[in-house]
Amino acid sequence: MSKTETRRWNQELTIIAGAVILLMLPLLGIPFKTYLTLTIAGLAMGMLLFLISSGVSIIFGLMDVLNFAHGALFAWGAYVGFSVFGWLREWVEADSVLQNFGVFLVAILAAMAAVAVLGIILERVIVRRVYGNHLFQILITFGATIVLVELIRVFWGPNDEVMTVPLTFRGNWDIFDIIIARYRVICIFIGIVVYAVIQLILKKTKLGTIVRAGVENREMVQAMGHNIFLLFTGVFAVGAALAALGGLSMSIFSLQVYPDMGSTYLLFAFIVVIIGGLGSVTGSLVGALIVGLSYNYVAYLVPWAAAGVNILIMIIILLIRPTGLFAAGK
Amino acid sequence: MVEEPNLTETILKVEDAHTFIGHHHILQGLSFEARADAVTVLIGRNGAGKSTTLKTVMGLLPASQGKILYNGHEIQKKRPYEIARMGIGFVPEDMGIFASLTVEENMRVAMLREDKLTAGWLEQTLEMFPDLGKFWHSLAGNLSGGQKQMLAIARAIVNESSLLLIDEPSKGLAPIVVDALIEAINQIKKHSVVVLVEQNFYMASCVGDHFYILDDGIVVHSGNMQDLVDDDELKSRYLGISKAGN
Repeated sequence: MSKTETRRWNQELTIIAGAVILLMLPLLGIPFKTYLTLTIAGLAMGMLLFLISSGVSIIFGLMDVLNFAHGALFAWGAYVGFSVFGWLREWVEADSVLQNFGVFLVAILAAMAAVAVLGIILERVIVRRVYGNHLFQILITFGATIVLVELIRVFWGPNDEVMTVPLTFRGNWDIFDIIIARYRVICIFIGIVVYAVIQLILKKTKLGTIVRAGVENREMVQAMGHNIFLLFTGVFAVGAALAALGGLSMSIFSLQVYPDMGSTYLLFAFIVVIIGGLGSVTGSLVGALIVGLSYNYVAYLVPWAAAGVNILIMIIILLIRPTGLFAAGK
Repeated sequence: MVEEPNLTETILKVEDAHTFIGHHHILQGLSFEARADAVTVLIGRNGAGKSTTLKTVMGLLPASQGKILYNGHEIQKKRPYEIARMGIGFVPEDMGIFASLTVEENMRVAMLREDKLTAGWLEQTLEMFPDLGKFWHSLAGNLSGGQKQMLAIARAIVNESSLLLIDEPSKGLAPIVVDALIEAINQIKKHSVVVLVEQNFYMASCVGDHFYILDDGIVVHSGNMQDLVDDDELKSRYLGISKAGN
């Protein structure tokens, strides 16, 4: 093993050991069974935040675009899923695991496809005109958010709606007196699958390699004969589809949909991306888990400080490592 | 489709090119030609517009005025990826290495096709730069300066480019590495036309056949490289090279 590899291995071990110690720290003030329940809730929340923040991170990392409309795309995903559940209510209420998962899969595919198309339109019509200008990007995507949210009000109405949940996803498992909500386990599973698929595409396919190269130096990627604008559209569509998946999953988690739901979670997404580092999917995952877990632990221990703990973590990370934990090289 | 270079024709012709970076008027009516039978070297002091010229040809800095003809086709309105696909390879001044990717991944991004022909080119490229094969699975960011430069050139020639634009390949490299690069460029010029921007006069004179001296965004002198090597007054006036320093 070379010196560089040994040093890297030692660094990784230190980070893992530090993470385990931090993860166990709440045990000082929380009973073990409650701790496990909170950990699973935190992991589930983290995975849901990962779904929305990974899109923001990839879009900013590759395209240098600050997409404030990501929250509205998130809400659109939730509403498309809400409609699919409405159309296939029999499957949602059926006492059949197969039908419950079937309708969930249909809702996911419909939400991701519809919002990906919306993302393509958004990128082609609006975002493409403001490449390279962050101020205009913020203003124009904020404007797009208003339009998209108003369209939700037009199509689905202005009121909050109760999100129906497939029968199998309801309720808890009681394992040795540890209460585990079923849907939280499904959220963790979805997060792991999405992370694995993104990593597989980024690391093992030529397209993924070009995207990673583009995050680092898009001018050079163009000079090598790759149509960066087509790549941008594709990445924007994938980011939008991930937001849709996040929106649908979160609406089942929180049991509601409302037109402005995106803005609540967009704030979390930006905190996650700042902690994890722009342009890094692994950074988004780690950042999301930090936010999800710390929120749940602190909400139990010091309820009034729950909302502020993530801001505090973000400030600490910014002071120690301004580019975030896993910033992609630029 | 890469066109075979005709040894007697002008493969690249830049006519009265004007390029702005922000409000700065960098190229102010620059014209030059690169012939298929010669290595063309662009030389000049810092800020003369050499790197801007290559970026303008590549479409990375669009020309606001003037014509750029490649194999007789106008390319000044084309996008960089279209220009690259026409068979123009580019090695920028900062090498443009993807540091977080391995050497293999860097080459893979550069390969526009993955067929037998490209595989053959890759094999030849690795024969020319054997160090790249040794560090095939290493991160490109961990390579030495010379190895990074070799990787940058290898990426540009792996697609059977008929024109290669190389920007200051000797910058910051040890003399022994510069000699290796000279040897590599002398090999490359057997099958590709090379336009080289170079401040290192030793390297420029070793590989160049034809030269253009740039100053304030225009060509102020051109001719055969051997004539420049022999003309101390011209070197002193435009390049700041004294007889003693030659």
